[in-house]
Amino acid sequence: MAENEVFFRMREIDKDYPLAGESVHVLKKVSLTIEEGDYLSILGPSGSGKTTLMNIIGCLDTPTAGEYTLRGREVEDLDEEELAHLRNREIGFIFQNSQLLPRLTARKNVELPLIYAGVRPKERRARAEAMLERVGLKDRMEHLPTQLSGGQQQRVAIARAMVGEPSILLADEPTGALDQKTGAQIMKLFRELNEENRTIIMITHDMNIAAHARRVVHIVDGIISEEGGRIDDA
Amino acid sequence: MLKSLRAGFVMMKENITMALDNIRGNKVRSFLTLLGIMIGVMAVITLISTVSGVSGSISSSFSSMGVGTLTVTVTGSDLKSGMTPEDLEKITALEVVDGVVPSISLNGRVSYGGDVKTGISVAGRNAYYFQVNEEMILQGRALNFIDDDNRSYVCVISQEIIDEFFLGVNPIGETLYVSGLPFTVVGRYEEDSGGGVASIFSGGSPGVLIPYTTAMKVNNSDEVNSFTVYLAAGVDSSVAQTELENALDVIFDYEEDCYTVASMESIEETMNTMTTMLSSLLAGIASIALLVGGIGIMNMMLTTVTERTVEIGLKKALGAVPWQIQVQFLLESFLLSMIGGLLGVAMGLILSYILCHVLGTSFVINGGAILLGVGFSAAVGIIFGWAPARKASKLNPIDALRAV
Repeated sequence: MAENEVFFRMREIDKDYPLAGESVHVLKKVSLTIEEGDYLSILGPSGSGKTTLMNIIGCLDTPTAGEYTLRGREVEDLDEEELAHLRNREIGFIFQNSQLLPRLTARKNVELPLIYAGVRPKERRARAEAMLERVGLKDRMEHLPTQLSGGQQQRVAIARAMVGEPSILLADEPTGALDQKTGAQIMKLFRELNEENRTIIMITHDMNIAAHARRVVHIVDGIISEEGGRIDDA
Repeated sequence: MLKSLRAGFVMMKENITMALDNIRGNKVRSFLTLLGIMIGVMAVITLISTVSGVSGSISSSFSSMGVGTLTVTVTGSDLKSGMTPEDLEKITALEVVDGVVPSISLNGRVSYGGDVKTGISVAGRNAYYFQVNEEMILQGRALNFIDDDNRSYVCVISQEIIDEFFLGVNPIGETLYVSGLPFTVVGRYEEDSGGGVASIFSGGSPGVLIPYTTAMKVNNSDEVNSFTVYLAAGVDSSVAQTELENALDVIFDYEEDCYTVASMESIEETMNTMTTMLSSLLAGIASIALLVGGIGIMNMMLTTVTERTVEIGLKKALGAVPWQIQVQFLLESFLLSMIGGLLGVAMGLILSYILCHVLGTSFVINGGAILLGVGFSAAVGIIFGWAPARKASKLNPIDALRAV
């Protein structure tokens, strides 16, 4: 896979949180490399540090120590505004509860990242519609979130994550709020998207869900290990 | 920075739509919140418009009766306590003076037949007064120079006196007793052609007018202590005042503090100062209402920010920079306050129209007051929305998203 571009590289990431006067060591020397087209799941029980890892990957949080390079940019050097731009361009978030704005239609929800990217209304609309079509919601574009099923809402969230053409789709328990059948449909969609060469990182506590990914990374007590021992420390 | 500025412009329309959606989404709460601003602005507009309407009608009644006159009050010196008719003629002879009207008040009982009334004011005037105000005689004749020269016992009376004594009787030719002396009624005049407000400053409206010479005789005095000088056409009042004072100085042999001269302009000026003070005071009180309204807005915005923590976190995760979040919430409080302000302006104008109608003053749309109201509500929206918006922009997206 050497010909593929390295999207991000983490080297010996530490994360400490101050808690009741003490420092809690949440991540311990985490190193991870993701390449274009990867489909990776981070599997761990609650309290293992997987949410913290996701926040750092998603540039919502910064590491205490270590290096994190995203698309060649050193994340710890960036200020809040630059981090926001980086999130806007490089990360597509998919949350457990889809997190759609209830007063906006599906299309308007999908347009949101493009608004912050400064894309003009016409282009915004076209791109949002194309993306909603891609996730199979062509006839639901002007519906409000409350008029959509849980699975449809999650599809809108996926369309919103992809609309800005980010480097990475970052999904936090994407099937957590869905029944098994709908969850399976979402997993099928993820698989298809990965086959279109989209890079996906999925965080979950569910082994069956994690198994859909091509790479599975375990995280326990802030230490990661990969099935098949592939973790790159390049 | 340039790019985010462009994003800001693109966002503005979305922000306005979203802000209005949020305001609409909480109809009752939004309405109660903007009620504070609305009432404040309404109060400002109503108070300012009404006060300026009243002061406008005061000054117009002043100009209808008072411009071109000077009022002289004589206190006199030890040697000379008042103006004799000869002194008044000297004043009349001045080039800047058209004429002089002495004003002599009598305290007396007025009776007709068996009826006795006290508290009716009786005043002495001269023939010139009736020449200047010739339209005031409604029936019979005015007092003339012959009456002045003969010190005749004749009088003209107002409607008030007719209501008191002459109901159903033609008063002309009847005999009215003032301080026990018989006066023949020769005419009826219209009270107070100068306007209600201004009469306060001209000493009230007398009910019975008699020749001033007769009044002096009744008072057992040959001096006048108060008179009004009517200036010749086109004469500047301050120039005339100087001339008049020079003449009075000669009459009183340069003794000090023998008289005061007041122009209607100076009284009007004092009135204007008073109404300006009054309106600033009222506007000050009204701004307290606006302040309270502003606190209401702040309270609502703080609640809104707390309620929409997840939305804020989500937007930040999707790439919103802090100032974009701040602008969004600031816009919301600004719009909320402006809606309240505009409603307040509308209500205030309606209310002051009604009030002006009731008070009988002219309704003037006061542009300054409207601007003040709108400007105030804009400022309130921004000032009181600032802290909540800032709080929203500072929210940590991780904490915000965890608040699910």
